[in-house]
Amino acid sequence: MKKLPDQIIRISIIFTALILFTIVIRVFIIPEDLKEKGIFRTSAIKQELAKEIHYAGSEICVDCHEEQYDAKHNGYHKELSCEVCHGPSYEHSEEPDDATPEAPRKRKFCPVCHTYNLSRPTGFPQINPFAHNPLEPCINCHEPHDPRPLETPKECAGCHRSIATTLAVSPHVKLECITCHNTPEDHKINPRIVRPGKPTESKFCGKCHADGSSNREAPKIDISVHGENGEKYLCWQCHYPHLPEVD
Amino acid sequence: MLAVPLSTPTGGRLMNRLNFVKLLSKSAIILVTGNFFSTVLKGSSDTAAKAYTHMKRYALGIQIDKCIGCANCVKACKIENNVPRQPFYFRTWVERYIIKKNDEVVVECKEGGAGKLSTELEEREILRSFFVPKLCNHCDNPPCAQVCPVGATFKTEEGIVLVDDDRCIGCSYCIQACPYGARYMHPEKKTADKCTLCYHRIKQGLLPACVEVCPTQARVFGDLESNASPLTRLKRMKKIHVLKPELNTKPKVFYTDLDGEVK
Repeated sequence: MKKLPDQIIRISIIFTALILFTIVIRVFIIPEDLKEKGIFRTSAIKQELAKEIHYAGSEICVDCHEEQYDAKHNGYHKELSCEVCHGPSYEHSEEPDDATPEAPRKRKFCPVCHTYNLSRPTGFPQINPFAHNPLEPCINCHEPHDPRPLETPKECAGCHRSIATTLAVSPHVKLECITCHNTPEDHKINPRIVRPGKPTESKFCGKCHADGSSNREAPKIDISVHGENGEKYLCWQCHYPHLPEVD
Repeated sequence: MLAVPLSTPTGGRLMNRLNFVKLLSKSAIILVTGNFFSTVLKGSSDTAAKAYTHMKRYALGIQIDKCIGCANCVKACKIENNVPRQPFYFRTWVERYIIKKNDEVVVECKEGGAGKLSTELEEREILRSFFVPKLCNHCDNPPCAQVCPVGATFKTEEGIVLVDDDRCIGCSYCIQACPYGARYMHPEKKTADKCTLCYHRIKQGLLPACVEVCPTQARVFGDLESNASPLTRLKRMKKIHVLKPELNTKPKVFYTDLDGEVK
């Protein structure tokens, strides 16, 4: 067999060396965790998973605190996880005797959620902490696991604060809510399911605002002509009744 | 390979053109073979990666009309993830939007939403107002991961964007690149830090800390791949919007009742 030309031998040595070099780097030098996923180290995920847990999650609490769970899961606080009020309790769930979760009893705690703020969604129970039984800790009257108003608020403003505030400066301030809103008793128990009614015809507002009405102070219009005979629109679709424009 | 008989060089010691081309093609064969070996090696590690795969895609939903702005989520996140306690490092925070009758928009975020809310504004000046919780959007197309010069920010199989603390060199490019301002420079670690969707918790079947402590269920956590997850249900029942969709980052924090003024 003829001898291979020198340059071929030389170049094949170089290429063999290169291939071996690549294999050595891939197999032995590049760490395993960089190989698995291309650009990032998989051990970064392991590091992330090894991080300490502080919040135990509410499911585990039921195992020991059944009484509180029973009280809570039918009440207004049923959507609250235990750790919303009791703070991070993972340690306690692992070693119940070593760590005691906090149990806030002070008055300043509940207003974190329940102070009136106009940015909060309507219907969320809110109070003015300066006016609502000052200095009295909330838990004296409200059991936190099943909180409820001592008596169902007589005033609708208990929940509909922003409407009450607007109404206070409107000419309709003297009207009671039930004058216009036919409110079933169940609305106080299931406010989002049983809803109060609204006037369904122009004649309703006409009781005060129609020409010839007995109410002397209310501005009068001819209900049969105004607003396309009341056939197309109801009064409150143009005039916001909680703050109707006077002119 | 080299056993294939080569033609004898005819031009003495100097190679003629034909032989040069032949040699070139032979070298190419060798190169291809080398590549084949490395592909085989790579293939074996790919199967290892496959064993890791879960068909899960975690994301978060936020119901604006349920948020009461109590900032429990902000506090819980700081505790769970050892976020520095100073009031300018946040993985999640709550903004308060106030839209005035003259169309002026006021955005307030004192201490990440945990600070005292201002009361200076007269209620009669205000047209509408609401709270918007914000956090890392865990984009499907994360700009932060694209700009990282060392590949320290990456997306996991579950679509969660994480930072590798050991690889991060603290150059802050990602902090600049994030259109949602969801990242900050950790003052002690000197690396970029952000929401991990509580990766260490969700892999154990727990909820992210912010979701766990949200008193009104404004935050909904779930797996986008599962039809029965609370998040899929939310996406089915409600009108959904994301922040800055025009940037094509494909964010995975889904808002319901999001106001057009929210940027």
